[in-house]
Formats: sequence, C-alpha cells, structure tokens
Amino acid sequence: MSDSKSNIRKFWMRPKVIFAVFVLIVAYGGGIFSAVLAPYDYAEQDLSSVRQGPSMKHLLGTDFVGRDNLSRIIYSLRTNLIVTFAAVVTGSGFLGIFLGLISGYFGGWIDFLVMRIGDIFLAFPGLLLVILIAATIRPRLINLAREIEDATFLEGLVRWGVIDYVIVFGSLAAFGWVGVARMVRGQVLQLSQFEYVVAGKAIGASTPRILLRHIFPNALPPIIVILTMGMGSITGAEVILSWLGIGIQPPTPSLGSMIREAQNISILQNYPHMLIPPVLVVALLIFAWNLLGDAINDLLNPRSR
Amino acid sequence: MFAYTIKRILWFPVVLAIISFVTFTMGFYGPGDPAMVRLGSKATPEAVERMREKMGLNEPFMYQYMTYASSALKGNFGESHSFSGRSVSELIVKKIGISLQLGLGAMFISLSIGIPLGIFAAIKQGTAMDTFLVGFSLFFYATPVFISAPVLILLFGVKFHLLPTSGWDGIVSLSAIMPIVILGFPGIAVMTRLTRASFLEVINQDFVRTAYAKGLSEYQVNFRHVLKNALIPLITIIGLSLATLVEGAFIAETIFGIPGIGRFAVESILSRDYPVIMAVTIITAFAFSLTNLIVDLLYCYVDPRIRLIK
Repeated sequence: MSDSKSNIRKFWMRPKVIFAVFVLIVAYGGGIFSAVLAPYDYAEQDLSSVRQGPSMKHLLGTDFVGRDNLSRIIYSLRTNLIVTFAAVVTGSGFLGIFLGLISGYFGGWIDFLVMRIGDIFLAFPGLLLVILIAATIRPRLINLAREIEDATFLEGLVRWGVIDYVIVFGSLAAFGWVGVARMVRGQVLQLSQFEYVVAGKAIGASTPRILLRHIFPNALPPIIVILTMGMGSITGAEVILSWLGIGIQPPTPSLGSMIREAQNISILQNYPHMLIPPVLVVALLIFAWNLLGDAINDLLNPRSR
Repeated sequence: MFAYTIKRILWFPVVLAIISFVTFTMGFYGPGDPAMVRLGSKATPEAVERMREKMGLNEPFMYQYMTYASSALKGNFGESHSFSGRSVSELIVKKIGISLQLGLGAMFISLSIGIPLGIFAAIKQGTAMDTFLVGFSLFFYATPVFISAPVLILLFGVKFHLLPTSGWDGIVSLSAIMPIVILGFPGIAVMTRLTRASFLEVINQDFVRTAYAKGLSEYQVNFRHVLKNALIPLITIIGLSLATLVEGAFIAETIFGIPGIGRFAVESILSRDYPVIMAVTIITAFAFSLTNLIVDLLYCYVDPRIRLIK
C-alpha cells in the first residue's frame, strides 16, 4: 500500500503531470470564472478600434467588429468546458460504463445488441453523422423548445442557446460511448472469472451489488485512462463543430468560430494576432489532456511504460 | 476461422442496410422540402405539388427508402439540389479520386516516418531521445488539422512565400505538399507510439531472449525477429487511421481549397444539399466498413494466435 502511495506522490511530481494540470487549471479556471476574469463582455463591440494588435487596453487585440479577443477566448473556454464535461459525463461516462457493464455481465442477446449497435456507430464517419444530426434535428428541437417556452414559464431556452448546447453535447455523447463500452465489457468478461465475484454470487449478493461493488472498482483504472484521453478528443470535436459553423452558434463565442474567422488568407497576412491565441489555446488544451492520460496510463499500467 | 470469415462477410450488408436507412431517415426528416428547393421559393403551390408527385415524394416512407436504396446499389444517388439537375454520382466520382490521392499520400508519409521513429524510440528506450520522441509525437497527435493548417499557411505561405496556400494540381506538385504533410502529421504520431509500444512488448518475450542466447547480434534480433512480430498489431491501426484521415480531409480540403469529396461534403452541409450529404455519408461508411472487414480478416490470417481466440 505504501508503495502505491509513493507511486502516486511520484506521479504528481512528474514534469508532464505538473505541466498538464497547470494548463488545465488555468484554462478551465478561466472558463469557470469567465464572468469575473474577462475584462470585457464577449459581445461588446468597439467599432472605433477594429482589428487592433495587442495593446494595454486589449491584451490580445480586437477582432473585426472590435470585440476583445482575450475576453472572447475566456468565454469560449466556458463554452468548451460545459460541452466537454457534459458529453464525457453522459456519453463516455454514464452510457459507456453502464452499457459495457450490462453487456459484459449478462452476455447473450443484450451483449449482441449493444455491441452491434456500437459497430454501426463506429462504421459511420463520426463527424459526418454528428453534422447530419446537428443539421436535421436542430430546427425541430428549436420548434419544440419554442412550444415549451410558450406552454410553461421557462424562458430563454432558444435565446440563450441552450438548444445548441444540447445538440452539440448530445451528438458528441452519442459517439463517445462506444469505445468505453467495448473496453468495460472486456474488463467485465475478465473480472467475472475471478473467485471473489463467484464468491459474491455464491453468498447471494444482488446483481447491482456485484456489478457496482465488486466489478466496477476493479475495472476503474483503464476507464480513467480512456476517459482522460477522451476529454482531449471531445474538446477537439467541439472546436471542429463550431469551426464548421454547426456547433454553438454566435454570438456565444467558441474557439472554433474564432479560428475560422481568423484563417482567411488576407486576414492571416495582415492580422496574425487573431489566429495565434485561439490556436495555441486549443492545441495546449488537447495536448494537456493527452499528456495527463498518458501519465495516468503509466501510473496504472506500469508495464506499458 | 472459416465460420468467423463467413459471419463477418454476412454482417457486412446488414451494416450497410442499417447505415443507409439511418442516413435516409435523417435526410427525409431534415428541414426543407426537396421539391421546393428544386423549384425555388417563388414556385406556386401547384407547381410544387406537381414536382413532389414527379419526384416520388408523396409515396410512403418505406417505399421511398426502398427506391433510394435500390438505385443507390446501382450507383445512382439522385440529383443534387444546389447543382440543379446534375446527378450526385457524376459530381462525386472525380472528387473521390482527388481525396484518395491525398489520403494515400498522407498514409504513406505517416507510415514511412512513423514506423522508423517508433523503432528508434523503442531501441533507445529510457534515454532522453526516447522521452523526446514520445513527447514530440504526443504533441503532433494532439494537434488537429484545423490548428496545424492555418499555422503552416501563415509560416510557409504568407511569411516566407515558399508554398502555394490553396488549389490542387495533382499529387506531384508544390500545392500538394502542405495538405499531405498536415494530414500525415497525426498519423506519424500514432504510428510512432504504436510501433514503439508493440516493439517493446515483443522485445520482452522468450523467443527474443533465445535469439540473443544463440549469439545473434542486436541488429539481427531487432530486425529479423522483433520487427516482424511487432508490425502485426499495426495492421489494425490502418483501419482506424482511415477514420482520422477522412475527418482530417474534410477540414484540410476546405482550408486549402482542394476540390475533393471532403470539401464538397462541407459545402453541401452548409447549403443543405441533402442528396449529396447522404451519398457522401453512405459511401464513406461503406469504405470504412470494407476497410475494417479486410483489416480484421487480414489480421486473423497474419497472426494465427487470433484465430484460436475467435
């Protein structure tokens, strides 16, 4: 036990862990406290200072309608944070683990059904299907939300972009579960063979108890690794969607739409300060998640180091 | 082995049927009336109704799907909305060729650079060189195409004027260099990491110790005994990296203005050209499933140990 404790202490001392955790805390801390930290509102336009370079007034300059780039990045991090965590918790986390557990434990037709549905999800080009979902379901959901708003006292579902968040994280979650479910299923198949699980069954422990108390904790290490790695790819996917213009809709800022606005050749030539900061933030964020996943993998599966 | 092969091959058309059904359903319930789109917003209701009748839009859903599926099997995916009256297949065929060249070029780059780097890192395991290569590849893996593309354009196109920033003049031209390299980047990282991991796994096995024991040189052991076994797991990755390549191609083709199928798909999505989106989805899904089928069967064939498990 003391050995694993010292391993964990060593883990936190590793340069790549320190770096990754630092980047994630700064980025998501900025996202969580965006309303306090951002010097300007994300939609505040200053048409007298458009496309300015970095200055004391605007640390990262302004965009084409004079909005402060730094503030927009900070608010974009909030957008990204909400989408990423919602998608990972519901999709990869809840759906993936739940379906993996039942499909591995019960086997038979449940297993067949879950795994074949997973196969079909994997056969689709993920990005295209997400785009298709976003394009076809969005108008219907917005109509539905309007009806809900009219019928109840809820307000702002459409105006505040709640629907956009639901669509984006929903379609990302719809793809996130497959990899996790497959992995959890493999773990369950292995762990079910162990004596303590058999013993648990013999003394009459209920199925949920066996799954949650006996199998799940032992399957946890690889789940943590795959979820951490997944954070990086979901972060990227959220940015790609808004880059394509089908993610979170303006005026809510998103790193993807900022990059898209800045990558036009003539803008690149004259205003490179618009491209570099958002690009750097996205690259660092994805890199940090992968670095952390890698380090956790080293910690939990020392053989693969 | 035989039973497994048959099972996989029988499963293939089922997947295709489900994929086409899901895609068709989404297109069917998508916003906009295809007849209205075809005629323009100024069309009279009677004209729209006549068009609906002519296009078969008044038939029941299942009937429409069967018609769509059976003509899709013959390679006919209907007519594009935006390019009025032109058949989707005709629009797509040429673009697939361009995207294929781009993808194969990128695949070649990631294999020819990634595998040697991975072997090198594995042989130097634990040294500073190894740490550097692993960190380096992780960084490239973490850099999506829409990040690396504008940055490289800024560097090589805008600042130094070395390479053209857009267009396509075939695979052997200056304009192909940036997109191919950018698409290949994440692949290099994946190949490096996997080659390294699988090389290290093999190095610790008994037969390698035996090879050393009988007095073979390190070179002989590494390249004649280890490498052969270490490359087997990489076959699976070729299937998986196809997915990454296709997604990367969407973005790279859009940024570099390459008239391939990825850019066409993105444009069609923005202009809500459903027949094209559906065709691209089905064709890509078909290519994915086929590659995965071939890869899985190949894997069983190359590595006899897998046959026993299945």
